[in-house]
Amino acid sequence: MALTRDEVLHVANLARLSLLPEEIELFTRQLNDILAYVEKLQELDTTGVPPLAHVIPVFNVLREDEVTSGLSREVALENAPAREEGAFVVPRVI
Amino acid sequence: MTEPLYSLSISRLAPLFAQGEVSPVEVTEALLARIKERDGEVNTYITVDAPGARAMAREAAARLSQGDATPLTGIPLALKDVMVTRGLRTTCGSRILENFIPPYDATVCARLRRAGAVFLGKVNMDEFAMGSSTENSAFGPSHNPWNRDYIPGGSSGGSAAAVAADLCIASLGSDTGGSIRQPASLCGVVGLKPTYGRVSRYGLVAYASSLDQIGPLTKEVRDAAILLQAIAGHDPKDSTSVKAPVPDYQAMLGQEIKGLKIGVPREFFGAGLDPEVEAAVKAALKTLTGLGAELIEVSLPHTEYAVATYYVLAVAEASSNLARYDGVKYGCRAEGKNLLDMYAQTRTRGFGAEVRRRIMLGTYTLSAGYYEAYYRKASQVRALIRQDFEAAWRQCQVIATPVSPTPAFRLGEKVDDPLTMYLSDIFTISANLGGIPGISVPCGFSSRGLPIGLQLMGPVFGEADLLKAAYAFEQATDFHRRKPPL
Repeated sequence: MALTRDEVLHVANLARLSLLPEEIELFTRQLNDILAYVEKLQELDTTGVPPLAHVIPVFNVLREDEVTSGLSREVALENAPAREEGAFVVPRVI
Repeated sequence: MTEPLYSLSISRLAPLFAQGEVSPVEVTEALLARIKERDGEVNTYITVDAPGARAMAREAAARLSQGDATPLTGIPLALKDVMVTRGLRTTCGSRILENFIPPYDATVCARLRRAGAVFLGKVNMDEFAMGSSTENSAFGPSHNPWNRDYIPGGSSGGSAAAVAADLCIASLGSDTGGSIRQPASLCGVVGLKPTYGRVSRYGLVAYASSLDQIGPLTKEVRDAAILLQAIAGHDPKDSTSVKAPVPDYQAMLGQEIKGLKIGVPREFFGAGLDPEVEAAVKAALKTLTGLGAELIEVSLPHTEYAVATYYVLAVAEASSNLARYDGVKYGCRAEGKNLLDMYAQTRTRGFGAEVRRRIMLGTYTLSAGYYEAYYRKASQVRALIRQDFEAAWRQCQVIATPVSPTPAFRLGEKVDDPLTMYLSDIFTISANLGGIPGISVPCGFSSRGLPIGLQLMGPVFGEADLLKAAYAFEQATDFHRRKPPL
């Protein structure tokens, strides 16, 4: 399952990362080294083993449907890189 | 009082506070002065909050005079910069959160505030807790106080180094694959990773949600018990925290460990283990049998798959958890031609190489067509690793192992080969995968004078027994009394 340069660029795009040109080759090689190592898991026969999702069995954690206080709008905007009229400002989408 | 105040532990300071012999204000000032003078040599602090610390110290002094104190009242702590502190910059060791001032406290921080502790500041770490050396910090590496050319370990390297160098009385760190225990071991301090779900993760900036836990790094075992007491317990804000009752973690300290069955897993003593580490750990096992414990050879057959399992699961969870850093609501933002470009520029400039590497690995393994082969498979192997521990507990009550295959290595030695760095997590990673608690205690030094730790692991929610065994070992040795030349 060796990653090609194009696949690496595709994955970077999915992850909303842009690799610097000098990084593409390095990352391709490093990712392939790591992927080759984790292939090891295929040695194990895991037929019938349920995947472990909760390491400590805790299920259906619910709470009463009560209104509680959260962050106020002002506080939520405090760290905003750009804000206007109570909203986060971003580059035009449409 | 001949010893410097900053060199004391929680256990030694609390009675001095209670008897009015020392004031929290004095201790805080002593630490702030020491940080100013010496932290430049080890670079443990990202943010020092002198005014905040002084205010907390004054409040603590008032509480002590009113008789309204807890064991942590007035105790100056350093917090790994991965847990949010209201009004106090929290960076996660990353450029992308360089200027982030959290508007709320992590549950553990809120509990420590209520207990009257003093926050000196936030300490250094590998970016977003991804690393084993603290070399992945955007704020420069921390240095091992025992030899500044060497790493302090990671990702809680700042915490471990600060405790070892007496730049705080104790610290909280976080552990996802060994990030409390390994730096504790490399810096010669105590480090405890609790059972998954024992301590609330609310306000802990998430790396791998099914593996992360917050825990104490301290100068002695009793201090770890005291800190765990203050932070353990169910939290309605963390749906993965467990309602298990919180015992008195100090109650069994000092009890004998005669007849304690200690499992020694053969897979942890093979090739790749530094001979000096092996010798120190074997000597520690002898000390334990001298105290009446019984050694039992056990097997954890899936150990060789633990690192691969972790580096599939953790990176997948990380790729999801770090998707929120997009420059929209908080954190740094880089300009872009359009929204997607803004995301890409922000994240590429804001995240270091290791973080980007792990995000990409996780994205790939979760992408269409690969989920079964990677994440699902690794989850199945995780089940087998947990089964290994469950089988072991039928034969023994604690498991003893080395913490790290080698003592600290030199700064820069492993930065070019991520995989080699990953393989050094081999002894600590299984505990996170199994959800079980583990503690590292000092057990020796290498011929270069670098600390070596002993790891004890126990069954889920078995921290009290683990602390009892660790305490018995500590009190029979004097490694914990040695201080680095700083």
